[in-house]
Amino acid sequence: MSVLVIAEHDNHQLKAATLKTIAAARKISSDIHVLVAGHQCGAVAEAAAKAAGVTKVRVADGEALAHQLAENMGTLIAGIAKEYEAVLAPATTAGKNYLPRAAALCDMAMVSDIVAVESADTFVRPIYAGNVLATVKSSDAVKFVTVRTTAFDADDSNSGSAAIEAVAAVADSGKSRFISAEMAKYDRPELTAARVVVSGGRALASADNFKSVLTPLADKLGAALGASRAAVDAGYAPNDYQVGQTGKVVAPDIYFAIGISGAIQHLAGMSSSKVIVAINKDEEAPIFQVADYGIVGDLFTIVPELEKAL
Amino acid sequence: MKVLVAVKRVVDYNVKVRVKTDGSDVDIANVKMSMNPFDEIAVEEAVRLKEAGKASEIVVVSLGVTQCQETIRTALAMGADRGVLVETDATLQPLAVAKLLKAVIDKEQPQLVILGKQAIDDDANQTGQMLAALTGFPQGTFASKVDVAGNELTVTREIDGGLETLQISLPAVITTDLRLNEPRFIKLPNIMAAKKKPIETLTPAALNVDVTPRLTVVKVAEPAARAAGKKVASVAELVEKLRTEAKVL
Repeated sequence: MSVLVIAEHDNHQLKAATLKTIAAARKISSDIHVLVAGHQCGAVAEAAAKAAGVTKVRVADGEALAHQLAENMGTLIAGIAKEYEAVLAPATTAGKNYLPRAAALCDMAMVSDIVAVESADTFVRPIYAGNVLATVKSSDAVKFVTVRTTAFDADDSNSGSAAIEAVAAVADSGKSRFISAEMAKYDRPELTAARVVVSGGRALASADNFKSVLTPLADKLGAALGASRAAVDAGYAPNDYQVGQTGKVVAPDIYFAIGISGAIQHLAGMSSSKVIVAINKDEEAPIFQVADYGIVGDLFTIVPELEKAL
Repeated sequence: MKVLVAVKRVVDYNVKVRVKTDGSDVDIANVKMSMNPFDEIAVEEAVRLKEAGKASEIVVVSLGVTQCQETIRTALAMGADRGVLVETDATLQPLAVAKLLKAVIDKEQPQLVILGKQAIDDDANQTGQMLAALTGFPQGTFASKVDVAGNELTVTREIDGGLETLQISLPAVITTDLRLNEPRFIKLPNIMAAKKKPIETLTPAALNVDVTPRLTVVKVAEPAARAAGKKVASVAELVEKLRTEAKVL
């Protein structure tokens, strides 16, 4: 049977998270359909049709889907889910919002945030802030699954040529309305997809320092900026910078943890990084227990020095 | 407006859990248990709505073993009015929890339901969304700001890349993100007062809900530990190691 992947997009561009979710889906089935739900999202559907491994793209185009409101997405997905053995969405804030709703409408359980596919009905997922990996088997007829995108490698060969067909868009629920979005504009790579992440913690001590100390290093490395929960709570960095159990999960080639002590909740979000570099003045900080390279010292002198040395 | 808040008893966030030697489950015998931190934020938000004159009554619900009463008492000490415990020793998965909460909601008829966005034990992040589906309520998940005006809620949500603001109609389900509020410290007189507040006990059978798990945990394991690396003495040495040893620059 086939697997349905829900596309992550902004009505213009197909997001990389979709390709990674397709990679997970290909471990379940070779017949992969992608649902593009949005408004005036034809370009997204065309991009999805080229994605490697996709056999069919289904497009639901309607005003009620323009902002992927969970109420409308849930109804749409639940309406077609039973045609599939599994329905996968990326474990982004969008996927986490609508997929449990769709699953419950079908009276099916959901498996969140998987990091591996063992078989068509058995998945591995982290629990307890990543301190434990649980292997979970679903007995439901349709497996609803969200996928931790950093755990799967996208095939971006664009080797696909899937047919595109329309699906009837759903009517608006009338219970929920999009008012506005305040999206940060970054001229840097996306945090969850970046090859290098420069992350700052409470020791930065102010929003001004966060910016003035970390930005030159991130610019030099073409890196995304991240932050610990402490730095976000203190207002040094915006909420979508947060790396950790309840924020974003990243797995870059290099992760710089600057002035971050390394609470387990933070480690949950970055310990799959290839190389971790820690800069902290406290040599007992737990971050040094996971860092490949550590420097004990004052970040305010070390970070500018590092930027110059690169 | 009646507000219903769901709270979960979980392993305290400071505890590093261990896997049982047979790999069947995590060992939570004799570890410190607390209210799920996101649920504390949910209770706090309800109490603030009551203090602002927007909520009339706060009912706090927990589901699980007898000791969940302690979690309910904590919420009562924060300012909730009364508790409901759906008592069971069974393993409860998010879909079953959502069904039980739906049954309680059918009895209580709240206008607003607030839950934590995820529990820090199973990290599922499903229950609020599933409950919204089963009740037919709209959902405002990962909320960092909630305003009630008449029959409408304005909810600001923490999403990838920024913030999104939605207007949703009541009755509705909200799930809390970290920045919604900072829960209060509980004062001793409030703990004493909470002991006098009523807690009603129900069971899944009385609510006519089948809580049979749909997911089976085949095994649990600890992930491969990351070995601690080395401390380098200078920036020059760090750059050299990153270039020649780690080869990531």
